[in-house]
Amino acid sequence: MTDQLKNSPLSAASVEGLGRRYRAEKRYRFIGFAAVAASLGFLAFLIIAIGFQGVGAFFKTDLRFDLDPAAVQDSGGDAFGLLRSTIRSNLEGASSRRAKRQAYGLVSSEAEEQMQALLDAAAETNTNPQVVWVSASAEVDLAVKAGIDALINAQDKDAGLTRLSDQQLRWIKTLEQNGAVRTRFNLGFLINGDSRDAERAGLGGAIMGSLFTLLICLVLSFFVGVMAAIYLEEFAPKNKWTSFLEININNLASVPSIIFGLLGLAVFLNAFGLARSSSLVGGMVLALMTLPTIIIASRVSLQAVPPSIREAALGLGATRIQAIFHHVVPLALPGMLTGAILGMARALGETAPLLMIGMVAFIADPPSSVMDPATALPVQVFLWSDSPERAFAEKTSGAILVLILFLILMNSVAILLRKKFEKKW
Amino acid sequence: MDAPISTDTNLDASPTQEATTEMNIATDTHTSSIKMTAKNVSVFYADMQALKDVSLDIIENRVTALIGPSGCGKTTFLRCINRMNDLIPSCKVSGEIKLGDHDVYDPSVDVEVLRRRIGMVFQKPNPFPKSIYENVAYGPRIHGLAENKEALDAIVRKSLKRAGLLDEVEGRLDALGTSLSGGQQQRLCIARAIAIEPEVILMDEPCSALDPIATAKIEELIDDLKKRYTIVIVTHSMQQAARVSDYTAYFHLGELVEKGETNRIFTAPQHSKTEAYITGRIG
Repeated sequence: MTDQLKNSPLSAASVEGLGRRYRAEKRYRFIGFAAVAASLGFLAFLIIAIGFQGVGAFFKTDLRFDLDPAAVQDSGGDAFGLLRSTIRSNLEGASSRRAKRQAYGLVSSEAEEQMQALLDAAAETNTNPQVVWVSASAEVDLAVKAGIDALINAQDKDAGLTRLSDQQLRWIKTLEQNGAVRTRFNLGFLINGDSRDAERAGLGGAIMGSLFTLLICLVLSFFVGVMAAIYLEEFAPKNKWTSFLEININNLASVPSIIFGLLGLAVFLNAFGLARSSSLVGGMVLALMTLPTIIIASRVSLQAVPPSIREAALGLGATRIQAIFHHVVPLALPGMLTGAILGMARALGETAPLLMIGMVAFIADPPSSVMDPATALPVQVFLWSDSPERAFAEKTSGAILVLILFLILMNSVAILLRKKFEKKW
Repeated sequence: MDAPISTDTNLDASPTQEATTEMNIATDTHTSSIKMTAKNVSVFYADMQALKDVSLDIIENRVTALIGPSGCGKTTFLRCINRMNDLIPSCKVSGEIKLGDHDVYDPSVDVEVLRRRIGMVFQKPNPFPKSIYENVAYGPRIHGLAENKEALDAIVRKSLKRAGLLDEVEGRLDALGTSLSGGQQQRLCIARAIAIEPEVILMDEPCSALDPIATAKIEELIDDLKKRYTIVIVTHSMQQAARVSDYTAYFHLGELVEKGETNRIFTAPQHSKTEAYITGRIG
């Protein structure tokens, strides 16, 4: 092959040039491959690192205590007292004031409610419960996940591996040996509201807030955005006013999101007096931010519809509106939807504008309407990451995982929609 | 920008071509009345003059071919006839084009009704990315030509038959129109155009994207269609003009240089430019 090339009528210079072109192509291909590999590597690192840290948030530790039937009888429905006496009787050496306090510290503040629920259930069915499973406190939860033996044998007690005392660690070890420690899926992490106690804190409020916010944002920005795009692309005269508008829409798409937050604060909260911290206002602010993105994406997909389709419809005597809504918009819709979903995905991850309108509050009860105070997933990440308690580090990573999961879901839907409705001609 | 809906009964009137008159039309090849008249039509795109004082009569139930080198204004003229040039904001048309007694540029004319009466087939086959049935049914549907599903089916089948496509797509009317071959797509576009029973069909180089066999089929079809419709065809191919048309108009640089019966133009051109073009020296 090379000989043939050399014997060909091509001049030596052009053969040399050919070799240079091949080398350049190889070089570019390598650089491109390296760039893709590097970005995939970073992504993998991020997901693995957060995954390792955050996976624990989806599991929680329960402790089992044996109930004394006599104590249950005597309690008279006093769950608090019964819980404390049960803990004392189950743990060896929990007699001094200090030891008692440490023993009570093993269980979560949730434990009293769990005990109450058990008593209520027992009273209803008229049975005599033998054992009670209660949530462990966040520190115990962390220690169990890290491995009790490792903590007990740790040389350096001041390394900050755990805040549990040796006495507490030994109790947990005994419980573990008796099979009185279990780890189960932490549904509360997905449905509970926020809490000061890490083991009770959940994303329920943030997920509901994000859903409400995105719903408002989608409804407002999609219809307004698509209608604006159709008007600008199909009806508006091409003059300096429309090109001025176009430049401004492109500018708006690149305005920092916190500016939209300030705008929302000034207009929606101060001028209109809408409810502070509500997902309604959050959705409206995010809609302002998403609108330019959706307009631009919709216009691009309208432009991609071949003009011959418009001509075909108009040539048959269709009106402009008929040509557009019967033929052009259905063809542009997949692109519009993709643009909208990508805009929504960006809105889902947006934190700064929500801080400005007060969606950064501590929300213990998940919102039940768009007017209720709410927070959003990325804001929850921000809040928890700021929290000094160690257990919240795990929660933060868990919340990031949930956020990433939602983002992946939304982007997959965008791809599926595009594949499904894509028309070929 | 669209003219208000016209109350003019003449423009609103649907063409009265009944199946029963088929024989009469087919045999009646001697009478020739003028269907459309263009008088002193000039077209400007912004400051550029694309057509200069074109005057041309279009004879009913005949094929009029517009020929000429690229950029001579023949497509511009064609698109003036059904006001497709309205879509270009910078385009200005002066002079008059009459369909029957009515100027198509009269402000009272309803463009949608006008385009119903003057159908168009484009250079590149442009079926809608919908089923074959939907492609043909769209026009009758928006104009309310069919009262029920059966009537619409009948219109679709009749139009496909007239476009010589029915046999080839029988049994798969719900297949995508875009899945057909290029020649079939163009005949589908013709079926779509005739489904609304226009009086005039404008064809803008309908065969330029097709192979010789598909071209031959379309030419055959044009010959057949002129029994019912008046046809104006823009073509780059002089052979095609010679084969399918009854009248030919030669455009050069925006001017109508010569017009007349096709036989006469091709055998005894009176203008030196026409002769140069048809003998292949320019163009």
